[in-house]
Amino acid sequence: MNTNTIKPGMKPKHQRLVLLGLALAAMAGALALGISALGTSATYFYAPSDVFAHAPAPGEAIRLGGLVQKGSVQRLPDGLTLAFRVTDNARDVPVRYTGIVPDLFREGQGVITEGHFDAQGTFIATSVLAKHDEKYMPPEVAGSLHKVQGKVTS
Amino acid sequence: MIVELGHAALWLAAAFALLQALAPWLRAPADDAERWTGLAVPAALAQALLVSLAFGSLVWAFATSDFSVKLVAENSHTMKPMLYKLSGVWGNHEGSMLLWILVMAVAGAAVSLADSPLGDRFRALVLSMQGIIALGFYAFLLAASNPFARLAIAPTQGNGLNPLLQDPGLAFHPPMLYAGYVGLSVAFAFAVAALLERRVGPAWAAAVRPWVLAAWAALGCGITLGSWWAYYELGWGGYWFWDPVENASLMPWLAATALLHSVAVLAKRDALRNWTILLAVVGFSLSMIGTFVVRSGLLTSVHAFAVDPARGAFLLVLLALYIGGALLLYALRASTVAVGEGFAPVSREGALVANNLLLAAGLGVVFVGSGYPLLVDVLGVGPISVGPPYFNATFGPLMIPLVLLMAVGPFLTWGAARTDKLARKLAVPGLLAVALALYAFAVWDVRAAFSLIGFALSAWLGVATLAILWGRMPWRTPRATWGMALAHLGVAFTLFGITASGALTRELLVNLRLGESAEVAGYTMKLVDVAPVAGANWTALEATLDVSRGGQPLTVLHPQARLYTSPMMDTTEAAIHTRINGDLYAVLGKPDGSGRWQLHVWWKPFVIWIWAGGLIMALGGALSMTARASARRSAAQPVGALVAA
Amino acid sequence: MTETPETPARSWLTRLAIYGPLLLFAVFVVFVGSQLGRETRVTVTSKLIGQPMPAVNLPGLGGAPGLTSADFKTGKPVLVNVFASWCIPCRVEAPQLARLTAMGVTVNGIAVRDAPDDVAAFLKTNGNPFTRVGLDKTGQTQITLGSSGVPETFVIDGRGIIRYQHIGEIRPEHIALLMAKLTEAGR
Repeated sequence: MNTNTIKPGMKPKHQRLVLLGLALAAMAGALALGISALGTSATYFYAPSDVFAHAPAPGEAIRLGGLVQKGSVQRLPDGLTLAFRVTDNARDVPVRYTGIVPDLFREGQGVITEGHFDAQGTFIATSVLAKHDEKYMPPEVAGSLHKVQGKVTS
Repeated sequence: MIVELGHAALWLAAAFALLQALAPWLRAPADDAERWTGLAVPAALAQALLVSLAFGSLVWAFATSDFSVKLVAENSHTMKPMLYKLSGVWGNHEGSMLLWILVMAVAGAAVSLADSPLGDRFRALVLSMQGIIALGFYAFLLAASNPFARLAIAPTQGNGLNPLLQDPGLAFHPPMLYAGYVGLSVAFAFAVAALLERRVGPAWAAAVRPWVLAAWAALGCGITLGSWWAYYELGWGGYWFWDPVENASLMPWLAATALLHSVAVLAKRDALRNWTILLAVVGFSLSMIGTFVVRSGLLTSVHAFAVDPARGAFLLVLLALYIGGALLLYALRASTVAVGEGFAPVSREGALVANNLLLAAGLGVVFVGSGYPLLVDVLGVGPISVGPPYFNATFGPLMIPLVLLMAVGPFLTWGAARTDKLARKLAVPGLLAVALALYAFAVWDVRAAFSLIGFALSAWLGVATLAILWGRMPWRTPRATWGMALAHLGVAFTLFGITASGALTRELLVNLRLGESAEVAGYTMKLVDVAPVAGANWTALEATLDVSRGGQPLTVLHPQARLYTSPMMDTTEAAIHTRINGDLYAVLGKPDGSGRWQLHVWWKPFVIWIWAGGLIMALGGALSMTARASARRSAAQPVGALVAA
Repeated sequence: MTETPETPARSWLTRLAIYGPLLLFAVFVVFVGSQLGRETRVTVTSKLIGQPMPAVNLPGLGGAPGLTSADFKTGKPVLVNVFASWCIPCRVEAPQLARLTAMGVTVNGIAVRDAPDDVAAFLKTNGNPFTRVGLDKTGQTQITLGSSGVPETFVIDGRGIIRYQHIGEIRPEHIALLMAKLTEAGR
């Protein structure tokens, strides 16, 4: 461990500055990488009312959250695909999902679905979450339902 | 009565934590400082004993289902199996805080009992820092979230525990994770003490190294257990979701990984002094932020979920004092720590610096990804989520050069490394890496570039790591080298598992009547029966699936759809058949009303390698930890290098 | 290092590396702190605190007596829970309301923008903790109360003065707070 035999290319102090510069560059690079990736891969959350206010482009990956509308759940003839409507009690959106729905999925329950709209305006879900947070409710759903003032009664 | 004793023990423990915090600073006029300093060790031991008593009494309350204790009433139930009554102790806010303090006190006792190569005064300072940190959490526990609070009227039955949490994987996940988080507090305390005493140098690095390794190994174990739990319990076959709670545990692990490598550089070459100190501070800071800010729901801003603001403010002030204080001390003292030694870019330390930069950048992107949704929500743009696409696009590319370097670094010597033999040493790993990628391309039909790179890198790292040990006498190889090789091998395993299960998973979603069969990846499943079964606190519908391959019966799978009674909740219990080359993963869905049952079956190749790799990494860390005696000898330095100017 | 070593080392780069972490952490603390502050504001301030309850005259459910101003001048402090059958957090707080009722608290409900049948179904599935339920079909009463969403819970003292507003669902840890506010209002 005799340090005198080492011949570093630079004096320690200068080297430290270079290292510092590298470290800051790495962090800045990571930040830039992160922010540019956020621009393309952050998934926006929509409540059904938002879909009508500013519709996402067909094919764009979004999350759609709300309640499974009462009486809307239908199983298609293949036995595997579910068709249902997700509502925030103001507007509702048709959703299709092929697969086994999670344990907490049932009519009237809050769900978050991930997927995209097809050209006909049906939301093709690739996953359905009734997420297992501490209160069994996705915060986004609770939040958006709290914001919606309610349905207009007949 | 026992519960009141526990409560009293907690108060007494807090008093000893205060003594521990003050010990090295007390100096009565007629007294010599040594006497007071010497109190730190017995105080730490007493504190550990008393907290254990307090924790034990809470365990007792849960075990006997004493519902007059509010915490027990809210989180337990007489019908729960004993294991989950016990894990219910830390399955809630107050109990997990008590567990945190328990682990912290045990770590303090370990510091007290281990050798102190830096002297008794330094140890007293480390214990003092631990005492100060513990005091804040005692205050929080005793004032704002007392786990021993009684109810005026005891209910006859408790509320129960979320069935998803009633699971052996999750029962041991928090204690392991906490051991890691709190283990990092030792590194934090060492860093602060080193700044106070101006003793940043190789001797300090050698002394802190086993603590960093222990924390790192425990944290790795905890993360592995959590990921495994998610895989088999949540019933969709995923193992890592990049959700904020997971990221909160990943970030300290990344910091600790960087720290244990920079500690090696500091111990061997006396370089990276400030950076190492900063990492030690940041590692524990992220642990605290992870546990208390994310988990307490402080940042989930939707107000239906708002945490009690007084509680939140208390925690925030605590974090600001500890982390802010340490960073301020760092800023004030960093400029006075003498510049360490320089080094050649192509050398072991050069590779380790690059490792640190890449890990720090990885930490940065995870932090940005986890924090961005919160920021956006505050700015009022609306809720967004940052999920796997973001992390795959950012974290993934950063890990490619990291793994490339991991294979090369161990072949470089400290100081200016000779590179002439490097190409020959790395020829075999390189060839095998290309071979595996080609094999994946041709035989497994993998086309995604990212997956091909993953296969190549895992072979590259695995083979290069084996080459380190190749030709060495196992008993003459230093234990630290064994530890490093194991840890790197673990990374190769995990990387291979992630890549293979990601690229080669086959999935089958069918509707079967009894007696019908379906096939996935060469495995034939026949639905033989669906029948009701019952457990201690649940009932279920259980399917019987006969699995065969090429006509040979292989195994029988029993996926269940369970209904828990306390509290009422449905869960799916996946049935998993694990083989070394992959898992069969079956989930039973709902009947479709015409006598058919939904079945979702996956073939997940090499998925078990992910967690095997995680455990191998932790094992490597543990092995390295026991090698500290040799590290200290080889790091013997001229006296001048020990004491920073 | 004979030539003035301090000058290059004290460059802005070095300063940034030394003070940067502290600055970043300060930003973090301020951010989280402002979040806390925001929630505190949302939770405690309401223009109507200390003001008399606006006039209420709501029909009841299925012929049961509705909710009128007289129900708030009984001399005993009460809770008013603004809820709706379509609101998920309202289901989450149902056990807490039941506990409050069991502790002897009078809880009156205002069902906002809801159909009577839905309200009845909601109370059937989630339990009915309410002494009186008023149907606020248009949401007018909710607006005059200064409530912006559901669920919200008000503490009204025995003379009809609004003493406290709780926004969002009542979680188990809020019960002690509400009980304290009720005791305070009873003085």
